Amino acid sequence: MINRKLVIIGGGSAGMAAAIKAYELGERDILIIEKNAYLGGILNQCIHNGFGLHEFKEELTGPEFMTRFSKKVDELGISYALESNVLSISDDKVVTYSNAKDGLVEVKAEAIILTTGCYERNAGAIQIPGDRPSGIYTAGQAQLFANCYGYLVGKRVFILGSGDIGLIMARRMTLEGAKVLGVAELMPYSAGLNRNIVQCLKDYDIPLYLSHTVKKVIGESHLEKVVIAKVDEKMNFIEGTEQIFNCDCLLLSVGLLPNVDLFNKLPLSMSKTRGAKVNQAMETEIPGIFSAGNVLHVHDLVDYVVEEAREAAVGAISYLNGELKHEGHVYDVNPGVGINYVVPQKVFLDDVKDNLSFKFRVAKPMKDINILITEGNNIIKKIFKPAIVPSEMEIVHVSKDLFKRESNEIKVYVEEKK
Amino acid sequence: MKELICITCPRGCHLRVDDNLNVTGNFCPRGEAYAKAELTHPVRMVTSTVAIASISESRLPVKTKEPVPKEFIFPVMEEIRKTVVKAPIKIGDVVIENVCNSGVDVIATKDIEK
Repeated sequence: MINRKLVIIGGGSAGMAAAIKAYELGERDILIIEKNAYLGGILNQCIHNGFGLHEFKEELTGPEFMTRFSKKVDELGISYALESNVLSISDDKVVTYSNAKDGLVEVKAEAIILTTGCYERNAGAIQIPGDRPSGIYTAGQAQLFANCYGYLVGKRVFILGSGDIGLIMARRMTLEGAKVLGVAELMPYSAGLNRNIVQCLKDYDIPLYLSHTVKKVIGESHLEKVVIAKVDEKMNFIEGTEQIFNCDCLLLSVGLLPNVDLFNKLPLSMSKTRGAKVNQAMETEIPGIFSAGNVLHVHDLVDYVVEEAREAAVGAISYLNGELKHEGHVYDVNPGVGINYVVPQKVFLDDVKDNLSFKFRVAKPMKDINILITEGNNIIKKIFKPAIVPSEMEIVHVSKDLFKRESNEIKVYVEEKK
Repeated sequence: MKELICITCPRGCHLRVDDNLNVTGNFCPRGEAYAKAELTHPVRMVTSTVAIASISESRLPVKTKEPVPKEFIFPVMEEIRKTVVKAPIKIGDVVIENVCNSGVDVIATKDIEK
């Protein structure tokens, strides 16, 4: 058994950012474990630009963004194991991984940060009605084939779901010569960022069918047709609204789920984000085990992923230094009216240095609203928003001094204009 | 009359612009600036991949160094499709010089060592 102070599982943007931050805070005994043959994670296949506006004040492509981090990891001499698959984490923090060179390796860690990202919901997860032909891919699979291997997975393409990867792939496949017939979105609003609707769909005259979904998939061995139809408010199909598209490819961009497999055997409760419940230090219910990035909750910008990963690194170093006491005044943080989820779910106020940040998503698009953060009956912060949408995560920073220690619940909710 | 969705913020105002570039429907001044730029000189970055002779990778991701006028998107893609490069290559290396006489180079966005 090897001993390590800090083990980081997953060498994507979150894992690298956490490792660099921990190094900068003085920790030298760090190991990153990564399943791929390179550091960088999903950014490797995200060749479009738009990454890094907050982090580097310029728009980079995914590979450029990840290279800035991987170069830094190498410069600092932080060690990492590539092509290594983590099999388990025990509750006393033994991480077991395997690779072709070293075989089975057990590492006893003092602190762990899980940064394993997220995965795509697939055809099975949404139970598409109809046949089961080939030609149905998740948008991310099509992206990997196109951008890393040079294969176009279809020539006449229909896309279900308006998530950002689906929108990006609508443009990507159009540029590569495919005909993208349309994008259907179950909800009455898009799940993707507005800028992607404009730059990926409108620029290429690709129609977006809101409140529509796939009613039937037709194809004996390969996909031949997709039937879509409109849905009412209760998500039931409206008769007579069917449209048939002749296509050889259906891409799914119907949501991402935190990849928490390694947490499943641990006594941890999960939050509404489908990631583990964490406190203000991004620490799970097991002291010394942290979680950050898309494995905690799915982000829309990598810039926010790396920011959160640094918070987890600060937390892990505080833990290693014995500074996380888990004592004193404690709050449960709950989403109220109009809010889907809030991270973190618990706050140990005495462990907070200066500021607390709350990240959340609203349940539906709204205009001219106030966001309220309350402690019991006290309003701690009230922020006016001219517009807010579920596809964009909000972050609110609150000074520690504003809390009065009179209640044990913090609530974040929306106040709509009457 | 042209209709646009402003992409400056999540509000996503529906803008209407007449032939004299008068903008209506915008909640704030940023919408007006966006609409005018978008209608007078719309530009876009083009990102794609080119074939690479390498022992580790089959595609090299590339981008236009600067945004190009929208009408250049498909001609630039044609040039990108014809291009084959050889490893080693570094981020920022010019892959196609002055693509389609646009005044913009296509550059590599990934390091591929061998």
